[in-house]
Amino acid sequence: MLRRPALKDPRREHASFRARAWIGYALILLALAGLLARFVWLQVVQHQEFVTRANANRIRLVYLPPPRGLIYDRNGVLLADNVPAYRLEVVPERVPHMQAMLQQLAQVVPLSAEDLRRFRDELAQHRPFQSVPLRLKLSEDEIARFAINQWRFPGVAVVPYLMRNYPQGKLFAHVLGYVGRIDESEQTRLDPELYAGTLQIGKSGIERQYEGLLHGKPGYELVEVNVDQRPLRVLERVPPTPGRNLYLSIDARLQKAGEAAFAGRPGAAVAIDPRNGQVLALVSVPSYDPNLFVSGISDADYRALLDDPDKPLLNRALRGLYPPGSTVKPYLALGGLELGLRTPQDTVDSTGEFYLPGQKRGYRDDQRGGVGRVAMVQAIEQSVNTYFYKLALDMGIDRLAAWMSQFGFGRPSGIDLPAEASGVLPSPAWKRATFHQPWYLGETVIAGIGQGYWVVTPLQLAHALATLADHGVAHAPRLLLAEQSGMGAPRVPVAPAPATPSFATSVPDWDTVVQGMVGVVNGDKGTARGLGVGFPYPIAGKTGTAERYSRTTSAYDTHLTNAQLAERHRALFECFTPADDPRIAVVVVLEHGAWGGSAAAPIARRILDAWARERDLPDTPLTKAPPG
Amino acid sequence: MNVTLARLRHALLRLIVRPRLDLPLAAALLLLAGVGLLTLTSAADLDVRVIVAQATRFVLGALLLLAVSRVPPVRLRSLTPWLYAISTLLLLVVAVLGEGRGAHRWLNLGVLRFQPSELLKLTMPMMVAWYLAQRPLPPRWRDMAVVGLLIAVPAVLIAKQPDLGTALLVAAAGVFALFLSGLAWWRIGVLFGSLVLALPIAWHSRFIHQYQRDRVLTLLHPESDPLGTGWHIIQSEIAVGSGGWFGKGWHQGTQSRLEFLPEHTTDFIFAVFAEEFGLIGVILLVALYAFIIGRCLWIAVNARDTYSRLLGGALAMSFFVYVMVNGGMITGILPVVGVPLPLVSYGGTSAVSLLTGFGVLMSIHAHRKLVDSRV
Repeated sequence: MLRRPALKDPRREHASFRARAWIGYALILLALAGLLARFVWLQVVQHQEFVTRANANRIRLVYLPPPRGLIYDRNGVLLADNVPAYRLEVVPERVPHMQAMLQQLAQVVPLSAEDLRRFRDELAQHRPFQSVPLRLKLSEDEIARFAINQWRFPGVAVVPYLMRNYPQGKLFAHVLGYVGRIDESEQTRLDPELYAGTLQIGKSGIERQYEGLLHGKPGYELVEVNVDQRPLRVLERVPPTPGRNLYLSIDARLQKAGEAAFAGRPGAAVAIDPRNGQVLALVSVPSYDPNLFVSGISDADYRALLDDPDKPLLNRALRGLYPPGSTVKPYLALGGLELGLRTPQDTVDSTGEFYLPGQKRGYRDDQRGGVGRVAMVQAIEQSVNTYFYKLALDMGIDRLAAWMSQFGFGRPSGIDLPAEASGVLPSPAWKRATFHQPWYLGETVIAGIGQGYWVVTPLQLAHALATLADHGVAHAPRLLLAEQSGMGAPRVPVAPAPATPSFATSVPDWDTVVQGMVGVVNGDKGTARGLGVGFPYPIAGKTGTAERYSRTTSAYDTHLTNAQLAERHRALFECFTPADDPRIAVVVVLEHGAWGGSAAAPIARRILDAWARERDLPDTPLTKAPPG
Repeated sequence: MNVTLARLRHALLRLIVRPRLDLPLAAALLLLAGVGLLTLTSAADLDVRVIVAQATRFVLGALLLLAVSRVPPVRLRSLTPWLYAISTLLLLVVAVLGEGRGAHRWLNLGVLRFQPSELLKLTMPMMVAWYLAQRPLPPRWRDMAVVGLLIAVPAVLIAKQPDLGTALLVAAAGVFALFLSGLAWWRIGVLFGSLVLALPIAWHSRFIHQYQRDRVLTLLHPESDPLGTGWHIIQSEIAVGSGGWFGKGWHQGTQSRLEFLPEHTTDFIFAVFAEEFGLIGVILLVALYAFIIGRCLWIAVNARDTYSRLLGGALAMSFFVYVMVNGGMITGILPVVGVPLPLVSYGGTSAVSLLTGFGVLMSIHAHRKLVDSRV
């Protein structure tokens, strides 16, 4: 069919157009309906998801780390606080080339390898658009230099924060410990909610022990941000709950006096209130500046501390292990009385040498030729070895160990500090378990003068002494006295650890021993005679001189100088005062001291002097307001 | 001097007193412009300069609409080849001298900068209608070839700028005229089939820019690069989806106010509207567009001659393409091409050229046949 439509047909064209127009319109409406269906899908079916995503876009959760609780001594002397500081933070999403940025930034603000390592670690686990700390504790110079160059480093900012500060420096390092950056293992252990925004955690000492009290609870802000992550307004704010302020039983004056008395010689001193176990001083010399650790200690500083032969990082009061030497004699004497092995009047003849039947090796007195016949009080006063060799033998090692363990020897005192050493109270069972060897009688003999396997920590000895002073009532040593929920809030005293009931059966027995100890200080022949001169209260004490090396010869060598002796001896001294109503018990261990009486006792006296200047220590913290 | 002034005053008076306007269409356009300004006010975060600039364009566009509505279609028809030639020539000039960020689209005339491609949105359907109106209809292969050439030359030039969106709109306007002229369905089938066949070849040709390819690919997997090419689509969908049934309220859209939604005053303003006024608002807006398109088609159907009919119909249907392409883009069903939402998106030439187009429709309406042909 061939038709040639040469002519236009307006009527037909119009009809055709009308048809096409309406078909077209129908198709258009169909397409628009399809478009609307898409809107329904997005706005109705998937509405909730998109609401969530819109909020995720604009709402940032900014954690507000809580200010860490302050730490005071018992009189409100500030031991640890927080000071404003500045750190560099990076929002990784806003840094186009991280590697190049870090290289350039290092030329403006020094970045240590440790900073970079830590930064990379935290980068790997950071939340989107949360900033990652790069460098802590910027100096003013560094802040200024960065400010000039800031435009070169998008996503990097100087951010203020509160830095832990120890105003007393190294004086309290072994009590307080320090805070440091949260490390990987802690990160996995910690409640992420509680530590959100917090960089540091207590690593040792009180800071670690009472982390739960000191830390507080973080707050947060819901911030509305724009596409550049610039915060525009705060939608919601929950302020952080600051950590609780802690009041320690420590008296800064005693601590200071004790530390000064050591004059840098390695050793430790512990002062305890025997009535309640409150620790009044806990000194370990040498010490270190805990402020070094707060912002991450430099490799050089850390190496120096580790390589120091005097081991400043070692908490000698808590972890130093020393043979107690003659300081155990009062406890042993008391055991002799309580177990019915001795009466105060029983005498022993000191000839200078003591032999076990059938053995050639002798056990010496400190004085050549001995001191003659002595009863218990003189034996303590003059520290007569022979008296205690015999007593130890009569008691036998099993009874000795059982008796001594009541004073807390051989186990941690239970002080509220982490990582306390337990020392060793030897017994046949202990030796079998440790060395798979039988017990020898000679070991019982030297146990009588605190030698052999027997080692104690200064704290342990102080705890034993306090138990002795309080007539057999053992109070676990405590550092935490009170807590406070904020500046000006009432101090809430912390209940002391419950004391065990006294194991004393005869008070006169205990008085006999104390009499001997008073003789040590006040008697004519006392090993620490003269120590109590000018002191307002009677002092009961006991010296101890422990040998660091076993002797190779039994010969007396009187030509040794004090310096040479100090190289060989550890000097110990224990004392409490007032002797009739003990309120403070002090133990001093000097690692290189010639004799307990001459080297260690004066240190104890300095602590007692500081204590006596206050005349009276109240049982509860003073109501004096803390400074600031 | 006095005489000219008097004549001008007279003309203006006539414009106002006896405008030859289709009142429903004019009312719908006024409503749309109002909605557009309202949305823009929010999207531009109450920036007065933006609102004033847009309102000024609307006024300018309205004046052009009124002026064009007084030009009889016969006169338009006689000018058509010239207008088409001039606008295509300008495209060539732009290709050589044009300026613009990344793409050569703008022509700087000293006084004003404009995109010659906008002219083609009007002159293209005019030209196709002009050609077809003098041919016996329905068109045959030869006509199709001529029309194809008329479409292809400017479309290719525009696409080369590269401005695929406008090229698409321009080409669509021509194709719609062809469709409305009664092109046989089987020919449409053949045409469509060959287009489908040509698509893979075009996809791999140098004619398609890599970024254009990326946009299409992004549409399929926007989450593959959420901060890069997928950003627009994702943020737009979030804006639309979070609007829900009733929207977040005027100036309460967080996606636009906080600038997560890019281009939120221009190409993505529909997403702002959907975020703030919800599905209800979207339905009403789409209904308004549907009404405008329908009304324009009705005007075209009642036009005096074939030229007017084809031109009016093509303009009406290309208006639909705007809405569809923009709506599809912001809801993530069509690739991101720079097609504004008519009379809502912020932008100069688009609003003016659109209103001029409606001026042509008003003119067609004013010069419709006085007697219904069916009688």
